[in-house]
Amino acid sequence: MARATPSQATGLLGWIDQRLPVIDFWNQHIGKYYAPKNFNFWYYFGSLAMLVLANQIITGIFLTMHYKPSEAEAFASVEYIMREVEWGWLIRYMHSTGASLFFVVVYLHMFRALIYGSYKKPRELIWVLGVVIFLLLMAEAFLGYVLPWGQMSFWGAQVIISLFGAIPWIGPDLVIWIQGDFIPGDATLNRFFALHVIALPLAILLLVVLHIAALHEVGSNNPDGVDIKKIKDADGKPLDGIPFHPYYTVKDIFGAACFLILFFSIIFFQPTFGNLFLERENFMIADPLVTPAHIKPVWYFTPYYAMLRAIPDKLFGVAVMGGAVLILFLLPWLDRSAVRSIRYRGPLTKAALTIFIIAFLILGYLGMQPGSDLQTLIARICTAIYFGFFFALPLISSMDSSKPVPERVTMHD
Amino acid sequence: MADQPVDPGRRRFLTATTAVVGAVGGIFAAVPFYSAFKPSARAVSAGGPIEVDISKLEEGAQVTRKWRKRPVWVIRRSKVSLDALAGEHDRLRDPDSTNQEQQPKYVDPITRSIKPDVLVLVGSCTHLGCAPKYHPEMQPTPWDAQWKGGFYCPCHNSRFDMSGRVYNGSPAPTNLVVPPYRFVGENVLVIGEDQQGAA
Repeated sequence: MARATPSQATGLLGWIDQRLPVIDFWNQHIGKYYAPKNFNFWYYFGSLAMLVLANQIITGIFLTMHYKPSEAEAFASVEYIMREVEWGWLIRYMHSTGASLFFVVVYLHMFRALIYGSYKKPRELIWVLGVVIFLLLMAEAFLGYVLPWGQMSFWGAQVIISLFGAIPWIGPDLVIWIQGDFIPGDATLNRFFALHVIALPLAILLLVVLHIAALHEVGSNNPDGVDIKKIKDADGKPLDGIPFHPYYTVKDIFGAACFLILFFSIIFFQPTFGNLFLERENFMIADPLVTPAHIKPVWYFTPYYAMLRAIPDKLFGVAVMGGAVLILFLLPWLDRSAVRSIRYRGPLTKAALTIFIIAFLILGYLGMQPGSDLQTLIARICTAIYFGFFFALPLISSMDSSKPVPERVTMHD
Repeated sequence: MADQPVDPGRRRFLTATTAVVGAVGGIFAAVPFYSAFKPSARAVSAGGPIEVDISKLEEGAQVTRKWRKRPVWVIRRSKVSLDALAGEHDRLRDPDSTNQEQQPKYVDPITRSIKPDVLVLVGSCTHLGCAPKYHPEMQPTPWDAQWKGGFYCPCHNSRFDMSGRVYNGSPAPTNLVVPPYRFVGENVLVIGEDQQGAA
């Protein structure tokens, strides 16, 4: 698209800018992207998610150079990376730890959106794109977990793929179609590798671009949930906005440094993180004839796994688990409140959100446990709370007494 | 040509027909990619039938063989176990094996076998594919005080009787699967082929 005024830049930059609008692009997204000046701790996690994504892609590329996606060689090739490839252990632990921390960061990023109402108008599409990224990320993580072809890789794959078998009519054929064989095997591993390293990363990257493009179109929300575009100075800049660069680039670099300290502390001292990030069972090679005593997914899936197990009927269980993620799409339209931020919401919304988060955490814990009768009962109650939150939200948010929202962010001079 | 006025109806028609033809082409183009996801010829042929000799299988004993890379159990049930099957009727979800997907038509609905004593089952739980454990002993167990022998899945507490029929209250929705099989002699059976030579 031609610009109204030709580029004023000179030299090499000018030569490029006359042919590709790099300066406009920089200004629109970084240099003159005005973000609210009251960002707090919770606003680190968007940029951290991108940092982890970059880590996963770079370490992933190096892992593919040594990994063999075949039933016969996969397990040994991971051990080979760990023991014989120079620094292979570091690259592999950066990838495996990165996977878990990706979910830590994304869950906190989503929590931020929940408490500050970042999904509300006009940011519905940012939220929807974000939930799609979350879905793809879960698929990506699941596929990646299968690749080392340990016991939990195999049996986890068996359990997750068999969920598709619950779909009426087409279920059993669909399972064989996904596996490319009658049980998860060489064909399954090979295609999961292809999806894990090509298909899903491409899709995730594209969606991250769209997620950010949509964000920069409407502008960032903030902890007060006020619209900074309403009050502008003489130049048309929001009074409560500051350019992303240098202010937030510097802030995010500080956040990244703190994050990397934590990240490498785990890698160097607790790479399995007490069986949570890498499970003990997965250090044994996959054996279709021996089931591990207790099959459980990695920690970031356990809230949803607990819901699946809480339902006695297989099809209904799968529907509940899928519905628990899909219902997130509706959040922008279920919340009828006039205010965004938790700071100005009434006690009902605050209580509901607190109970919802607690129920989600309890589900996450229960999903790791073997599942006694009492635990099943608690999981059922928490599942009801999880869905109850969304069903009750239209009522709660419209009848709750909210406080008046200030005109400007609360941190201005 | 150039100074003829635009005929919007004609343009719409041409756009629509081109789009339809393109969409049909797109569907045809998707077929190879859909089919490439299916089990390859090699995977299908590797799923052929297997032969199991059970002449040395003692009463109450279990052997496990791989068929289509899945564990298949062959178990010779005792008279006591067989006699106990009828008594469990009320505690089972599908005691008369009405779900036709779970076993071939030629097996008995109660013993779920061709010969009453020889039980053939696919050893993966119908809940989420774990391998249930064989517990033939008739004694109280942590999961059932009136246990009459059967299969217990340690993953999610599914319980099956000595015919692989699922107990009420188990997460598994259906009875264990009986694979197609036939006898080619008194003590030799072929797993993966139907009794009347079909399939």
